[in-house]
Amino acid sequence: METREMICINCPLGCILSVSQDEAGEVTVSGNTCPRGAEYGRTEMTAPKRVLTSTVRIQGEKGRVVSVKTASPVPKEKIGDCMDALKEVEAKLPVQIGDVVLENVAGTGVAVVATKGMRL
Amino acid sequence: MRQDIVIIGGGPAGLAAALAAKEAGAEQILILERDKELGGILNQCIHNGFGLHTFKEELTGPEYAARYIAKVEQEKIPFLLETIVIDIAEAEDGEKAVTAMNRERGLFVIRAKAVILAMGCRERPRGALNIPGYRPAGIYSAGTAQRYVNIEGRMPGKEVVILGSGDIGLIMARRMTLEGAKVKAVAELMPYSGGLKRNIVQCLDDFGIPLKLSHTVVDIKGKKRVEGITLAQVDENRKPIAGTEEYIPCDTLLLSCGLLPENELSMNLGVSLNPATSGPYVNESLETNIPGVFACGNVLHVHDLVDYVSEEATAAGKYAAAYVKEAAETACAGDGTQICLEAAEGVRYTVPSTISPSRMEDTQLIRFRVADVYKEVFLKVYFDGTPIISQKKRVLAPGEMEQIRLKKEQLQAFPDLKKITIRIEKEAG
Repeated sequence: METREMICINCPLGCILSVSQDEAGEVTVSGNTCPRGAEYGRTEMTAPKRVLTSTVRIQGEKGRVVSVKTASPVPKEKIGDCMDALKEVEAKLPVQIGDVVLENVAGTGVAVVATKGMRL
Repeated sequence: MRQDIVIIGGGPAGLAAALAAKEAGAEQILILERDKELGGILNQCIHNGFGLHTFKEELTGPEYAARYIAKVEQEKIPFLLETIVIDIAEAEDGEKAVTAMNRERGLFVIRAKAVILAMGCRERPRGALNIPGYRPAGIYSAGTAQRYVNIEGRMPGKEVVILGSGDIGLIMARRMTLEGAKVKAVAELMPYSGGLKRNIVQCLDDFGIPLKLSHTVVDIKGKKRVEGITLAQVDENRKPIAGTEEYIPCDTLLLSCGLLPENELSMNLGVSLNPATSGPYVNESLETNIPGVFACGNVLHVHDLVDYVSEEATAAGKYAAAYVKEAAETACAGDGTQICLEAAEGVRYTVPSTISPSRMEDTQLIRFRVADVYKEVFLKVYFDGTPIISQKKRVLAPGEMEQIRLKKEQLQAFPDLKKITIRIEKEAG
């Protein structure tokens, strides 16, 4: 039985969770004040994930970048690989919010999408 | 040019205020924004975590701004970009004269029935921190570095120390790390972090960046460029302790040492400012001591969450629209009774600082910050000494804004109420 205290990062309340995993792999969460907290505790104990936000360069533009995010959380240990992959990406203007700038980043199956609309 | 409502600032506060004023029936609304685009600081806050309250989903800063900008455009609310306001004055008839400047029109004056202050805040600069040492390149406020990295795509340095654990500092510790810099430490003068707990976890702990509480920078080495800094531990009086100095080689020092509401315009206008917040004193309608001048967002008091800024600005926009309507009908605003809100033991300030019961809505939101970290305490509200509310709190910290709601019926039960006191107490009874 392993028990860890962790702070939920879902929202600014920052609930202090107590998360336990027994020998069978069963995870129990307490201290959460909403269902999202329980889900966070379970994932954080077994396979932590994060939404990655960053920027990518724009083709033919210097001194301007476009902000992006992973469309859903990616495994925490893949974040470095995702950043490496994004270094190779150049977005083309115009860009709309939600436009995919990179599919399946670093083999995670998750797309990277623009979070800002930019005109030429 | 004549307007009903002029809004100074096109960030989250100004945008939400404009939309609410429009919805409440105000006709002539104009937003003045000094940057090249609307959205304010959200444009450089590319991280996620915005909008959980407002939109029930997690957005990045630019996405949150885009939703409000789209609505402003849809409502055809006019705005001027790259336009800076240099003065607001009260005319004899009670209208406001807003003097602004831009490239196309030069200097011009706008007459407005009401003004909403939504200028936001600025970062505390190095000059306000009394750090000894030369003035080499490589010292930036965290927000400046954020602009370089997230808007312009330039890295300010490779080896970084951050002074101050405010949210922007924590966010930049992660951002610089992701972009390949080595963030060696985040030093915080106080024995607790000024940022949200979630940011300590996802920005520092995730990347193994040490947070050194009760530490400060006592020396900066380097003449042309930062070569390193010396950290020292501080005692309970925040004075460096001799013998605890630690030299850290680095080329960049980021400062995240607090935000200051930007109230130069307000001061010139004669708006009274609360020394605890550096923002205006406001009543339940978010109106300052100058009738028809309202304030919302970080120019009023520094918020942790943009959602709360939008909520507050929505109220300000609505009240400003009501003021314009009242002025038109020369109706009296309320019966003149005002109840004072007192920030007592452990509470640094409250927004608003007065309530007019005849003008308040069914519930009144009171926001405030506490002065220190408190554990297992009670948040108490007294009406002229009579206990009204007692809430148990596991943890209260200065870095996290608190709020309580007062009901109109609670106030009506006390017809001669003069003072509402909010304080922190150890005992329930």
